[in-house]
Amino acid sequence: MNTTVQTASKPKATLPGPDINEVSKPYWDALKKGKLTFQHCRKCGNNWLPARGECPKCLEADWAWHDASGKAKLISWVVFHRAFHPAFEDRLPYNVTVVELAEGPRMITNIVIEDAEKLVIDQPLTFMPAEEQGHGIARFRPV
Amino acid sequence: MGENLSGKAVIAGIGATRFGALPGRTTISMNVEAIRKALNDAGIEKDVVDALYVKCPTSRFEMMYGQKIAEAIGLQPRIGGVWDSGGSSNVIMISQAIMAIEAGQCEIAVVTFADNPKTGSAASYSQPRGDDALYGWFAVLSSYAMIARRHMGELGTPREALGAVAVAARRHGAQNPNAQLRKPLALDEYMDMPPMVAPFCRDDCTLVSDGAAAVVVMSTERARKMGVPKPVPVLGFGFGQTSWDVTQRPDMTSTQAKVAGETALKMAGLKPKDMDVAQIYDCFTITALMTLEDYGFAKKGQIADFVKGGNIEIGGELPMNTSGGLLSETGMPGMQLIHEGVRQMRGEAALQVKGAKHCIISDQGGVMHTHAALILGQ
Repeated sequence: MNTTVQTASKPKATLPGPDINEVSKPYWDALKKGKLTFQHCRKCGNNWLPARGECPKCLEADWAWHDASGKAKLISWVVFHRAFHPAFEDRLPYNVTVVELAEGPRMITNIVIEDAEKLVIDQPLTFMPAEEQGHGIARFRPV
Repeated sequence: MGENLSGKAVIAGIGATRFGALPGRTTISMNVEAIRKALNDAGIEKDVVDALYVKCPTSRFEMMYGQKIAEAIGLQPRIGGVWDSGGSSNVIMISQAIMAIEAGQCEIAVVTFADNPKTGSAASYSQPRGDDALYGWFAVLSSYAMIARRHMGELGTPREALGAVAVAARRHGAQNPNAQLRKPLALDEYMDMPPMVAPFCRDDCTLVSDGAAAVVVMSTERARKMGVPKPVPVLGFGFGQTSWDVTQRPDMTSTQAKVAGETALKMAGLKPKDMDVAQIYDCFTITALMTLEDYGFAKKGQIADFVKGGNIEIGGELPMNTSGGLLSETGMPGMQLIHEGVRQMRGEAALQVKGAKHCIISDQGGVMHTHAALILGQ
């Protein structure tokens, strides 16, 4: 029923890709190798995603990419029964989910699960590398 | 702490186009029609207007759009331009106009908005969110649905509470001859609707509408001197902002509408229980529920009890969105709520709340990013 693990079957239905720039490139390169990373501020210890040039807490630009443990919890999710892009027409229904990594950063993802209506707020999840349109992406599955 | 501006200024006139599909109309043309009608309603000539505040059309941003409107109405304002904080802009611009008037920077302001996403492009509502198109993360409504699911999961809010907002809006809109959607909705019908982006169905979502609406703002004293026939005093206003995107927002179940509401109520010297009628931004049903909670009409997590059984419908404790709101009257971002608040305070609303003395109005923008509250009196 849920087909989020499939890739787009219509080659013409190209999704807009991520904005890969000098700051975000290491994130997408790591995902391509199946590794989930986040930014860590060396000044104040803050961890965050998505990629930014400066720490949104202390505003310093002294940070490094760290590997995530892959542990996360479910913050909230929605289930699309309507496609807003042709690439998703044959995947309905599919879920889009906000998760919080054990290290703190939050991100958008998909949960690999048969029926997304069975998900529960705050339930534990674990990282599952995936690929979409030639980009590495981070999906999660229930623990 | 500056001087309290409660009651110092009035909304002197309101004017709007028809709502719905207005093919062939530019946003400039619609703005001019709304301004012309608002000036007529206030009984003043355009030449006395010296401030022009404009919310840019959501569907198409344009450089110097405020000056294009000024040119179209042949006006050389002292102060004005475009303000962009999404759907909270209209209440904020009215408040900014009042502050500018009190600071002696202008005397009579026009605040206006127009857009044509229904016959033009509604693409701005369905675009992918940020970098996350690869995950299928599309459309404005999905972010609101994300917040709704968290509210339901964390606080136990039932879908019936979302439904109560839609049912009230649709009941009221059905009796508004100018409403775009005049088909009442029963709670059973709502509960049986198929999901669109679960937990939302179609009837949780704003209409997409063409149209324009404008107001005239001036000091209470000036309105008296000019013999403005039906001035409505502004008793309070307040703002609050959450700049984190939905995915990053540490607390998804409350908003800065709390700060906006508290500030406006304090300025007016009033409490939530003093409000006889409310016009609450209902772009999506969850928005109205959370704003009511944040304004203090119900404790967090107890909004379902407050909205059930017709309590927010005409005849209830707090009739809300008495002309239909964004769910039934028009999807316009907020100015229609201000107009209905003005009609309620004048005692001339189609669904008039008898003896209503105070009305609280909320506007919000983005995905509950920016909030503004306005309190009108008599």
